[in-house]
Amino acid sequence: MTPVVPDPVLSVANLRVSFGQTEAVRGVTLAVARGETHCLVGESGCGKSVTALSVMNLLPRGIARTADHLRFQGQDLLGMSERQTARLRGDKMAMIFQEPMTSLNPAYTIGSQMSEVFERHRGATRRQAMDRAAELLARVGITAPGMRLGQYPHQLSGGLRQRVMIAMALMCDPELLIADEPTTALDVTVQAQILRLLQRLQQELGLALLLITHDLGVVARMAQRVSVMYAGEVIETGTVAEVFAAPTHPGMTRTGEPLGNIPGVVPRIPLGFIGCGFRDRCTLAMPECAQTVPLRNAGGDHFYLCRLPPDWKRAAAA
Amino acid sequence: MTHAIEVRNVYRDFQQRSAMAGLRHKVRAVDGVTFSLPAGDVLGVVGESGCGKSTLARLIMGLLPPTSGEVLVDGRSLSGMDRRERARMIQPVFQDPYSSLNPRQCIRDIVGLPLAAQGDQPKARQADRVMEMLARVGISSEMAERMPGQLSGGQRQRVAIARALVLHPRIVVCDEPTSALDVSVQAQILNLLAELRRELGLTYLFISHNLAVVEHIATEVAVMYLGRIVEQAPVQELFRTPTHPYTKALLASVLTPDPALGIPDVGLGDAYPDPTNIPPGCRFHPRCPSALAKCATTMPDNIRKDGRLVECLLAVPA
Repeated sequence: MTPVVPDPVLSVANLRVSFGQTEAVRGVTLAVARGETHCLVGESGCGKSVTALSVMNLLPRGIARTADHLRFQGQDLLGMSERQTARLRGDKMAMIFQEPMTSLNPAYTIGSQMSEVFERHRGATRRQAMDRAAELLARVGITAPGMRLGQYPHQLSGGLRQRVMIAMALMCDPELLIADEPTTALDVTVQAQILRLLQRLQQELGLALLLITHDLGVVARMAQRVSVMYAGEVIETGTVAEVFAAPTHPGMTRTGEPLGNIPGVVPRIPLGFIGCGFRDRCTLAMPECAQTVPLRNAGGDHFYLCRLPPDWKRAAAA
Repeated sequence: MTHAIEVRNVYRDFQQRSAMAGLRHKVRAVDGVTFSLPAGDVLGVVGESGCGKSTLARLIMGLLPPTSGEVLVDGRSLSGMDRRERARMIQPVFQDPYSSLNPRQCIRDIVGLPLAAQGDQPKARQADRVMEMLARVGISSEMAERMPGQLSGGQRQRVAIARALVLHPRIVVCDEPTSALDVSVQAQILNLLAELRRELGLTYLFISHNLAVVEHIATEVAVMYLGRIVEQAPVQELFRTPTHPYTKALLASVLTPDPALGIPDVGLGDAYPDPTNIPPGCRFHPRCPSALAKCATTMPDNIRKDGRLVECLLAVPA
């Protein structure tokens, strides 16, 4: 029982990733439709970025992902060779990474890093690729793009590097864009302008956007769907309207913000862990929370992972 | 009355070389800034990246000489002031506690360095002052022997604050002191800074691109745009009745978590500010949603009214 997304661009079912004895992603299921923005939110360490890296097949060497299925435009990503994935990555599926400081190569100019993607996937000449790069730099609000193309990452401010990352991800008009905190480091005006640009690309090109953020303002204003993660699981998911109107998981309700000011930190979950990952921080925990927790429906596409019934808050208030 | 900080018509130019064509640009980062800050106040400086706010901070700390104009601290000009003396009056807290603390020194030595550099107190007295200050910012004495790498981001920023305050300066320049920290830690550091100001009677120049942070801590706010202060007012008035179109756009860009509202179109269009090419007339006119024909040719004057400063032709009383 999960939300039904017809003909999704990205479909993930029961994704699991573990690092040694720690399980970082524990059965994540989500789908992103064409032209849709799906936000993945949660505290740092909850498994959002690992989920994104698993889709892109960019997990550290030796770390395995398992899933019931992992599909991009109907193609099975799990069975694909590294070479096949590399052909999609940067072309039809692109990612904007969280740290623009470490994800740009310090030894190459902005222009050579940006044009490489276009030359490689589109067989373009260096000149065509440079023109395309300059066009995209201008679209993400970088003035004097010609000058920037000749510069190295260390010559750019953090905000500029972040915009270079965004422009680079858009070089090949991707079908799926995974963006990990793409606007967190930017000024509010630039954030609004870039989010509008992404929205326009969604309308023009049907771009599917999986947006990782902790900013509820961005979620509310930008997304159609939201999945809240905690300790490697999606603890609540639904349309933004549903989840914001009636957050149901106990971790969501304290301050109206997902996991707002709850004492404690996200626990590390060992392999073979059973039950609710939130129970140590939950004021409503019962002994039965140490058993497998059901995914419950709160109406429509709205699901949450907890033993409590959807109307528990009303019952508690009565 | 002597002001803690007085900035008189300060300009600062930089030469920037383009890597591609070898062209030289003159960038005027600070373009005629004048303000004075009474002791005990907190001036929040907001604006987009590249607007000159960090350059202004470095000019006020005496780390950069102005191209022209004058900065006075406690009524005395910074130019020609002895470095040690300046350090006793004004101290910085920087954005990134990962790069502002020497990774090869223990916390005790890092915080003690300003005292050692002054060299006017016996070693035992210096050690006492360090421990006093660490306790004051919430760093336990066991941590004094640790290295920065063993501390969390929030703890490191506390150490940076202790180092800034160990000489008992009257003025602290905080340049984005919370933006490199986790959201949950940001509030703790802000509260610590607010508390220290009250107890020690400090004056802050507080630079941030985060409007919520500035609203929380500042008594007075200056909005910078391409090197000039375009609006300055007491914090409540600025947030309640923004007057300059840029201030309005800045406030309208803040995304509140309301799913009924989309990404705001604040009317800034697709133009972005370029400090290497400052437009004639009002420097904001290419992005201004309310610009008139005269805004492209006539540079607006500062209008001072009821303790508020606005630099806009539209604000001129008819």
